[in-house]
Amino acid sequence: MLLEPALTVSGVLFALGVLGVLLRRNAIVIFMCVELMLNAANLAFVAFAQQLGVAGQIFVFFVMAVAAAEAAVGLAIILAVYRHRRTVDLQNINLLKG
Amino acid sequence: MDGTLIIFWAFAGLAVLSGLACITRRSPVASALWLVVTLFALAALFVLLDAQFIAVLQVLVYAGAIMVLFLFVIMLLNLGRAGPTDLKGPLGLGVGVFLAGLLLMQLLVLRQAGLAPGGPVRPPLGQGMIPSVARPLFTVYLVPFEITSILLLAAIVGAVVLAKRKL
Repeated sequence: MLLEPALTVSGVLFALGVLGVLLRRNAIVIFMCVELMLNAANLAFVAFAQQLGVAGQIFVFFVMAVAAAEAAVGLAIILAVYRHRRTVDLQNINLLKG
Repeated sequence: MDGTLIIFWAFAGLAVLSGLACITRRSPVASALWLVVTLFALAALFVLLDAQFIAVLQVLVYAGAIMVLFLFVIMLLNLGRAGPTDLKGPLGLGVGVFLAGLLLMQLLVLRQAGLAPGGPVRPPLGQGMIPSVARPLFTVYLVPFEITSILLLAAIVGAVVLAKRKL
């Protein structure tokens, strides 16, 4: 029975991803932490798929497709922001700050 | 403790430690490479959880394609060297650790919700792991599968338009 250990690891990895998003200022590193969170969710899906049938693995397949699309568009946005502001440090990108 | 569990915890520890390294290294390249280690360890965990197809996809798509994209953008923006002010200050550190710790507690409590008792679902005899994933993918989940192609097309067009030199 690997369900509970897998859910533990999934929770720890998700919290690590959240911690990274909260702590880092570099937009690309924050993006990598989002990928870490997606992977933690995938691990939970696969762990449940072992118990409840193969549908969870198909969900992981779709999550991966969405993650690939998201990575391509997100990195293009980061490139466009860099061309405008000459930085990817989120502290300097404060146009919406009141 | 049987062998599978020992191997599981070994790879789980590798995943968590390299994830920790990923969020603490200052250089974005080092972060990306540690994330690749995490993804490989997760692929090993997927194999242990009877998801061999997903494990192969993980290595191909995540470690092979998405992380290469990340490294290319880091190279393109010339961000290889670590900046001096990447991690937040003591206040931000405290708040971040507190919030992430709170989330971790909640997730660990949620873990105990549990399932109805019942062993792992094994694929029927004479059917490997790949057909058992592929058959529902092309029957029950056919429409979402086809819509994925539209999503990917939109992502390609969006990425090309956004990354153009003149927006």
